[in-house]
Amino acid sequence: MRFIFKTNYDQDINIVRHNGDRISYGLLVAAMIIIPFFIDDFYLGELSYVFILAIAGIGLMILSGYTGLASLGHAAFLGVGAYTHAFLLTNGIPFYYSIIIAVVVSFFVGAAIGFPILRLTGMYLAIATLAFGFIAEHIFIRWEHFTGGNRGMVVPTPEFGGISFYDSATFYYVCLISLIASMFAAINILRSPTGRAFVAIRDSEIAAQSLGVNIARYKALSFAISAGFTGLAGALLAHYIGYLAPDIFNIFFSLTLLLLIVVGGMGSLHGTIYGAIFVGSLPQMIAIGRDYLPSSIGSQPGLEPLLFGLILVLFILYEPLGIYGRWLKIKLFFEMFPTYKKQTFKKQKTFTKSDRV
Amino acid sequence: MGYFDVNNITVAFGGVRALNDVSFSVNQNEIFTIIGPNGAGKSTLFNVISRIYQPNNGNVVFDGKNVLNLKAHQISQVGIARTFQNLELFENATVLQNLLLGRHIYKKSSFLSDMFFLNHVKKSEREQRLKVEEIIDFLDLQHYRDTPIHGLPYGVRKNVELARALSTDPKLLLLDEPSSGLTNEETIDLGFWIKDIKNLLNITVVMIEHDMSFVNKVSDRILALNYGQVLAEGLPEEIQSNAEVKKAYMGE
Repeated sequence: MRFIFKTNYDQDINIVRHNGDRISYGLLVAAMIIIPFFIDDFYLGELSYVFILAIAGIGLMILSGYTGLASLGHAAFLGVGAYTHAFLLTNGIPFYYSIIIAVVVSFFVGAAIGFPILRLTGMYLAIATLAFGFIAEHIFIRWEHFTGGNRGMVVPTPEFGGISFYDSATFYYVCLISLIASMFAAINILRSPTGRAFVAIRDSEIAAQSLGVNIARYKALSFAISAGFTGLAGALLAHYIGYLAPDIFNIFFSLTLLLLIVVGGMGSLHGTIYGAIFVGSLPQMIAIGRDYLPSSIGSQPGLEPLLFGLILVLFILYEPLGIYGRWLKIKLFFEMFPTYKKQTFKKQKTFTKSDRV
Repeated sequence: MGYFDVNNITVAFGGVRALNDVSFSVNQNEIFTIIGPNGAGKSTLFNVISRIYQPNNGNVVFDGKNVLNLKAHQISQVGIARTFQNLELFENATVLQNLLLGRHIYKKSSFLSDMFFLNHVKKSEREQRLKVEEIIDFLDLQHYRDTPIHGLPYGVRKNVELARALSTDPKLLLLDEPSSGLTNEETIDLGFWIKDIKNLLNITVVMIEHDMSFVNKVSDRILALNYGQVLAEGLPEEIQSNAEVKKAYMGE
């Protein structure tokens, strides 16, 4: 076991807690940088998709995992980001500006939606966001001038110094850099007063309020920040897909994002990566699995949603902390070996909290 | 006009009058205790002061400011901090994070500078930490800095909530049943701390409490409530010998 001897407040403020972190994350980033030289284009594309999912996951994690607000309509923000980006590119705005504007637009759409919607809580909030998802999908269909409607919209392919975006290695690096930047931004928000206020709202609104946290403002801010990250993911997704159609940003995509954060582990940024890997590879696994199933089951159309739902339920029941929670347990098992006790992670039941004020 | 005045507060939930024309006045730097049987309206009173309930009538003035004009999240900015009867801690955060949230009102950075964690954010984080460390030393919480709340025993949680209220640097501290659920030794410690809060930190304390021996030891003045009405107000000795109070507690 590693015991950290703290001699400076900065040790609690800094991102890296000890040199071991520096080495392991450094190695991970190095591996991610050299990987395009070793794997073929298909897997590189899949990996880029995982990164995009992870960015969207970070967005939803800040909202649901850290601020405790459910959203069943987050695919709409992917759509806002994707369409804005594609529209601007079509109109000749350079890639860098376009992607930043897409993020800003998503941010403000999130804020505009957030202010009225966040007066609701719990189930009602989930239903309202669900409705927002449907409305957004319809707007994408109807606003033909902007989105091309059901005919769809071709996403222009920008070039970087003569290298086209179609080159999967270039796209891969853009996604990687975006993910790392998003990760740093999210970590910074969460270790700063803003992030603490989010966590406060999640754990006890009434106490947060009495400590001076403006609940309405911070909820809307969380929604907006979340939408901003998701919008960035949407803009990248537009390039990944290459051709935007409204039905991509449907309820099923929103649920996929929800599955991502639940499976990865609520309330941890590590979880978004694990969840993205899981969700990104699941369709492939299902496709492979279909071959082994009897054709009466394997060729059924609704198999994917069924499995997604099943996995979601099983995780909530048996591993509420997701893959990251499981990883922490495994890590502790080896650190404590052979004295590991199963009860370590059992949350004590307390009955001190009540709904009364 | 005292330092903290509650004037003619009436709160009715439908036909039930939880508080009926309650007035009292607290002087600066005193420990003022509110007692009364269950359902007397003590917690309702606190919720009126911290702007969770809107009273039907009356006003609350603190240090010359009309509290009822403020929103719930502005209460701590004028220097009023409170604890809750049924602990309202941030369960999944560590003790340190809970206390740092007490410093939220001193946050000056926007979320954008937070996102890039600019130098002034870091500097402010260090300053807030320094202040929080003073509170940690004051309430002996050094052991628990990095422990999440859900792993703490009840007595320590109570203590953390007090610490969190103190880290807002309040002028007026509202304690809702601070000694409930504590062991004897913890209650004795708490008594010393509350006196220190008054004498060393110069904070005015208004508390709701049931443990009469604790109340008599700590309080400067006592207000007795029953069925939303003021029964009596005065020094501990006066309240102890007051016939009305005896009747409310023990029957006739």
